[in-house]
Amino acid sequence: MNRVTQAQAPPAAGPVPAAAGGRRAVRRPRSAQWAAWAFLAPVTGYLLLFYAYPLYRNLELSLRDYTVRSFVQGDAPFIGFANYAEVLGDPAFGPALWHTLVFTLVSLTFQFTIGLALALFFVKNFRLSATLRALFLVPWLLPLIVSSSTWSWMLNSDSGVVNAFLALFGAGPVHWLTSPDWSLWSVIIANVWIGVPFNLVVLYSGLQAIDPVIHEAAALDGATGWQRFWRVTFPLLRPVSAVTLLLGLVYTLKVFDIIWIMTRGGPSGSSTTFATWSYRLGFGNLVPEFGPGAAVGNLLIVMALVFGLVYIRAQRRQIFS
Amino acid sequence: MRAARGWWRTVIGLALTGVMLFPVYWMVNVSFTRDQDMRRSPPSLFPLNGTLEGYRAVIDQQSPYLGVSVVVGLGTVALTLLVAAPAAYSLAKLRPRGGGALGFVLLIAQMIPAIIMAMGFYAVYLNLGMLNTVPGLIVADSTLAVPFAVLVLTAFMSAIPDELTQAARVDGAGTLRTFWSIVVPVSRNSIITVSLFAFLWAWSDFVFASTLDGGGGLRPITLGIYHYIGNNNQQWNAVMATAVVASIPTAILLVIAQRYVAAGVTAGAVKN
Repeated sequence: MNRVTQAQAPPAAGPVPAAAGGRRAVRRPRSAQWAAWAFLAPVTGYLLLFYAYPLYRNLELSLRDYTVRSFVQGDAPFIGFANYAEVLGDPAFGPALWHTLVFTLVSLTFQFTIGLALALFFVKNFRLSATLRALFLVPWLLPLIVSSSTWSWMLNSDSGVVNAFLALFGAGPVHWLTSPDWSLWSVIIANVWIGVPFNLVVLYSGLQAIDPVIHEAAALDGATGWQRFWRVTFPLLRPVSAVTLLLGLVYTLKVFDIIWIMTRGGPSGSSTTFATWSYRLGFGNLVPEFGPGAAVGNLLIVMALVFGLVYIRAQRRQIFS
Repeated sequence: MRAARGWWRTVIGLALTGVMLFPVYWMVNVSFTRDQDMRRSPPSLFPLNGTLEGYRAVIDQQSPYLGVSVVVGLGTVALTLLVAAPAAYSLAKLRPRGGGALGFVLLIAQMIPAIIMAMGFYAVYLNLGMLNTVPGLIVADSTLAVPFAVLVLTAFMSAIPDELTQAARVDGAGTLRTFWSIVVPVSRNSIITVSLFAFLWAWSDFVFASTLDGGGGLRPITLGIYHYIGNNNQQWNAVMATAVVASIPTAILLVIAQRYVAAGVTAGAVKN
């Protein structure tokens, strides 16, 4: 992890400077602590008001039986985990879970592999490489509505450029967005396109931090390019890869805009993930079901945490074994 | 021979970039395509009989949305900096007790899906009567940027030498004065970076806009595009022209802050 942080010049220190101040361990007087917290007061208030409170309301939504009327009046009865039970028993639950898993894992695999390949390509500096690397960031920086609507039109069954391209090879028109067999793959393709730049940038800075001397030594010992990658680069890159994948996981789990704009989770739920399901329940129908919607949302948070923990444990086992 | 090899890499690099940016090109191409050519098969690769009709539609129909988006973006930048800059100064230089815990909370906060925040905000705003208001949207959008801003600014401000702030202190400047006259000017670049990202995220936001601002007259451009797609499926040149216009902040960000963008991506993302 440190490797990446050191790779860029400006943010040399970590976010917890208290630990970094060991050089001068002078204990600050009490008044200094007051001043320090006075500067932290806005952000603390902000977090309580605009993070903690909405999250609390969200939790409350999931534990009460809200209707449109009781939503306004605020007198919805407390029903415990009934909303969660309803969601778990819903026939849409299984497919939504499966789509979330497929969407996340397939997206991550391709984003990471392509990102790493590109990072390896760009790490050898060549003419224009800095400019081209900057251009590669465009998909990641574009507003999601822009990328999603562009992909929608490109994947259009009749007039899309993708099908026109496939037709050159005699492949029949694929109903990307309108066929239940393809809709999930369509949103995955768009999501991979958006996520590659992030992987490229982070892995690139990780690669830059690897001392070229190590490669030269390996080359002198007769290692081929392939061996050098698998035996030297890849292991040294593992901490950075871990961070990239973990963040990619968290970001991918919560992807909503792309799927909603391209397919609205359809057709017939074939690209519905937890994020779009939650939105559909809360805002997508004429009669909103805030309780179950919030329940699905909270399940999504739990899922992110579980994934994170499983992942961190696996990572730790690898390091200590 | 070395130069020749370098050229090969440039050629491959250009090809890869071309493939990667093809959708962007396609967006521009379609935005200039005439209605009657839109359904042509195969679609023409260049806007040979180009039209500006799409852009005319943008100016006629989408201008108010663009205005709202600019206001929301600027408001988000102001709120974000107001909250994040003092906090970052404190975390970086004043060593508050419990600062590490706060940093951890911010890291977690960054990972909460916006869709879940949106539902909570909806419930809160409904009671406060803040649905469909610009300030409400600014507050919600700022939650996308504040944790990132604090983490990035803290990292940058930690790199300011202590001698500088101490010299100010010796000269009699208080904590506030040191912050305002020394730390803020020195951190100008990082503040610009954070502002650009905050603006871009607020500008790009769709989740909060569609949940908290779906019904009012003051809607941002993301909803403008979204309703375009829903309403007139035929006029794709207008949709894509709006998309091109909506991409302008991205272009500006890349042009004027190119070297900070990559730093921002990694600094915000990779922290331990």
